Amino acid sequence: MTFALQFLIDVLSLGGAYALMALGLVIVYGILKLVNFAYGELIMVAGYTLFLVGGSGLPWLVMAAVAVLMAVIAGILTDYVAFRPVRAKSVTAVLITSFAFSTLLQNAALLFISPRPRNVPMPAAFSQTVELAGVITPVRNLITIAAAVVLLGVFTFLMRRTVLGIAMRAAATNFTMARMLGVPANLIISSAFAISGLLAGIVGILWIGRIGTVVPGIGNEPLLVAFIATVIGGMRSLGGAVLGGFLLALIDTTLNYTLSQELLKFRDAFTFSLVILILLWRPEGLLKGPATGQRT
Amino acid sequence: MLEVADLEVRYGAIQAVRGISLTAKRGELIALLGANGAGKSTTIMCIAGALKPAAGSIRIAGEDVTSAGPEAMIRKGLATVTETRDVFPDLTVAENLMLGSYIRRHDRAGVTEDRERMLTLFPRLAERSSQPAGTLSGGEQQMLVIARAMMSRPKVLLLDEPSLGLAPAIVDQIFEMIGVLKRSGLTIVLVEQNIAKALEVADRAYVMRLGRIAASGTAGEISAATDFNAVYLGG
Repeated sequence: MTFALQFLIDVLSLGGAYALMALGLVIVYGILKLVNFAYGELIMVAGYTLFLVGGSGLPWLVMAAVAVLMAVIAGILTDYVAFRPVRAKSVTAVLITSFAFSTLLQNAALLFISPRPRNVPMPAAFSQTVELAGVITPVRNLITIAAAVVLLGVFTFLMRRTVLGIAMRAAATNFTMARMLGVPANLIISSAFAISGLLAGIVGILWIGRIGTVVPGIGNEPLLVAFIATVIGGMRSLGGAVLGGFLLALIDTTLNYTLSQELLKFRDAFTFSLVILILLWRPEGLLKGPATGQRT
Repeated sequence: MLEVADLEVRYGAIQAVRGISLTAKRGELIALLGANGAGKSTTIMCIAGALKPAAGSIRIAGEDVTSAGPEAMIRKGLATVTETRDVFPDLTVAENLMLGSYIRRHDRAGVTEDRERMLTLFPRLAERSSQPAGTLSGGEQQMLVIARAMMSRPKVLLLDEPSLGLAPAIVDQIFEMIGVLKRSGLTIVLVEQNIAKALEVADRAYVMRLGRIAASGTAGEISAATDFNAVYLGG
């Protein structure tokens, strides 16, 4: 029982983080049919903002809010710098510009801050543990689960109940038709990048909270995780991204629990083998989106 | 209400529309006829703002809207029903209609009134209001896209092949609705393969061939003077 609860908390906290990462990536993909490779850098921006405002003496929540806000701004900036100027040109052009923007941000961090890990301020709760029905678990895991539940709830409400959300879902299936109904393309795309930045910012703080430091490449792993989760879940479906995130966390956690110490360093090899099997079984991903897949 | 002059549209090196001029007065229904590849849908998509014209001009109620994008076109009073019957499949019927009124979403009373009007006109949609649009039949989807276009309270409605792939009984219903909309004072441009049906409701008609207007006149003149076998089968 204790073991089951421990396992459940681990899967849900890791899965919550993975799901949010995947959702941030797929919200942009759904509308533009393009992967934003600068997505990991939004997490980096949140991390370094938290590091830079660390000495300000502000309450932690205010600093965290500033960090998330910077990630949102960086997200919108990605649209203006990497996507909007070349959107009408070709897929290749946008892939290259988004890679370039990613490299630019990482190198800016290397050059102007440091290649070495920088400590970010985290509230004491992040390093504490709590006993829950006989299970000792880090408080940050419970915070991550709570944040994931709240954000998924807010996100669902936004996409299902608000005009902007419904317009975004419409634009994801048929962008031209949405525009013909008067839905402004730029508003929809910028909103997608802003939501992507919001999710990256929050999940970034939770992610960085696990290790307490930020490095220029901090966003690489979240980008990879988000990408794999969306591929498993189905690139065209928001629900698929969430499902993929939790499934990936389930695989990772199961391997953590079952693999021996020598094999554990090959965990990613096992994970990716399973991902390949899933894709052989369902090449489109687990959930098929409604999208026609036309590019905008 | 709608004036198109010397419109030319290119897809790269291919010139699909080679200087089309047409006009539709307020409350008039004009039909645009012609074989596959004559350039009818290209003309419609260009008027709708989804394709940029290479030359020519488009005016709505006297205002030049030639280079306006699709988002602007609907604000100028022009709504389009595309040939591909583009419902948003995972959105419900009600949500599809709501997006139709996107540009006037703050006029809640007016939107509610129009929605009631459309659901009265298309009772099938009322029954399926909370169903995803992708689960509707072809005929119901056609009704939905027409109703959705009407939710913007357009002055001009472009209808591209509303009868495409539908059962004859449904086609009759759709044309009945088009007649109702026309009588409400709406200006309609109708592209249609079903010539007999189109000429029944149209005031005037234009026949397109290879990107040009081959003939134009009142619906009566066109149906009397045009050899449609030649137009459609080549000759």
